[in-house]
Amino acid sequence: MEGTLNLIGAGLVVIGAGLGLGKIGGSAMDAIARQPEAAGKIQTAMIIIAALLEGLAFAALILGK
Amino acid sequence: MVLTGKSIKNTLTALVAVIPSLFFANPAQDTTHVHAESAVHAEGEAHGHEHAPASKKDVVDAYIQHHLLDAHDFTFFSDEAEGKHYGFSLPVILFDNGLQIFSSSEFHHGEKVAEVNGNYYALHHEKIYKLDSADAELSYDEHGHPTNVKPLDFSITKSVLSMLFTAALMFIMFVGLAKSYKKGPIPTGFGRVLEPLIIFIRDEVAIPNIGEKKYRKYMGFLLTVFFFIWILNLLGMTPLAVNVTGNISVTVCLAIFTYLITQFSANKDYWKHIFWMPDVPVAMKIVLMPIEILGTLTKPFALLIRLFANITAGHVVIMSLIAMMFVGQNLAADMPISIGLTLFISIIELLVAFLQAFIFTMLSSLFIGMAVQDHHHAEDHDHHTEDEPIII
Repeated sequence: MEGTLNLIGAGLVVIGAGLGLGKIGGSAMDAIARQPEAAGKIQTAMIIIAALLEGLAFAALILGK
Repeated sequence: MVLTGKSIKNTLTALVAVIPSLFFANPAQDTTHVHAESAVHAEGEAHGHEHAPASKKDVVDAYIQHHLLDAHDFTFFSDEAEGKHYGFSLPVILFDNGLQIFSSSEFHHGEKVAEVNGNYYALHHEKIYKLDSADAELSYDEHGHPTNVKPLDFSITKSVLSMLFTAALMFIMFVGLAKSYKKGPIPTGFGRVLEPLIIFIRDEVAIPNIGEKKYRKYMGFLLTVFFFIWILNLLGMTPLAVNVTGNISVTVCLAIFTYLITQFSANKDYWKHIFWMPDVPVAMKIVLMPIEILGTLTKPFALLIRLFANITAGHVVIMSLIAMMFVGQNLAADMPISIGLTLFISIIELLVAFLQAFIFTMLSSLFIGMAVQDHHHAEDHDHHTEDEPIII
């Protein structure tokens, strides 16, 4: 039973990370569409925020297991 | 086909890409060793390990756990059918009734009790415990953890050796770069790869965060941390089974360095904001003080957890994917899927290796910048508190 709860928790963490990254990616795409010459900077910022979010997600996964 | 330079290069690249999966091809034999070790420890103690041969999944789990840990000897690979290990032993340095230095080959990979100057030590899951005599056994508590005393362990383990190797490598690379500047402004040799990276850290990470006037003092730390973490992450990707940045002790130390540097270089405004936040009612100041003090600790804590969790998760995923072909029923069908997925994840892990080093450096420079920046005056103080980023 506790194994199942662990897995459900892991699934929730992945849902959260997926939603967050999707939002970041979507905003980045909109921004690049509006201003293609700033694509490099937007991409850098997107990668940075994605890494921060992944850090949260992985921390939750490691702490949960 | 004519042997052109390009086709040779492509073939060699393809071969090199496949080699790591060949190195991983030993687990079927390795796992029996870990299984034998846990069986040896399981006999005679009732502490929850299975006595019957463990299922393949448990064997794989034990193997993965074993590879995430530090090791007192450097094993490249082992042949369990013969019981031979290919690698070399590292010195064990203990501080217990004086300094004991001996080779880890005395442990015989955890099977024997080492006797040194009348002290007896046993190795269990790569930690050294003290025994009373040569025949004594480790006593376990209800969770399966030994309750014997652990002497202070200063050994040169695999992680320590990797860090020393990284330090030597960085020293050679950057001293070479510095020397090549004597010949002219454009570096020659391997330094040409390093110079754009150093300029990138200076222009994109240090100057925007710390400011033009004060960034120079901290460049040494930022560059060291960046290249140190990057090279250690890359070493973890090799088949040598080193796992340094996935070791929480290492990341704790790196985060402590960042914390100490931010605290010791902080100026009066920073401390004022923590202990006695201006422009806020007195009652709120008392409430905010412990929260702000805790806030200085959570930021390095997030740094260390981020690096540790990313690297450990990466290693676990790669090893699990490779183990998938051994645990599954149909070897011939599982193998291409497993190798394909592992290659894909390994490429992502190469990106993660660079990215985590970059994120650690950038956040460290951000914290240092927040600590040393000049305070804006009161009229735009509300502006200032609104844009203070909350970083987890």
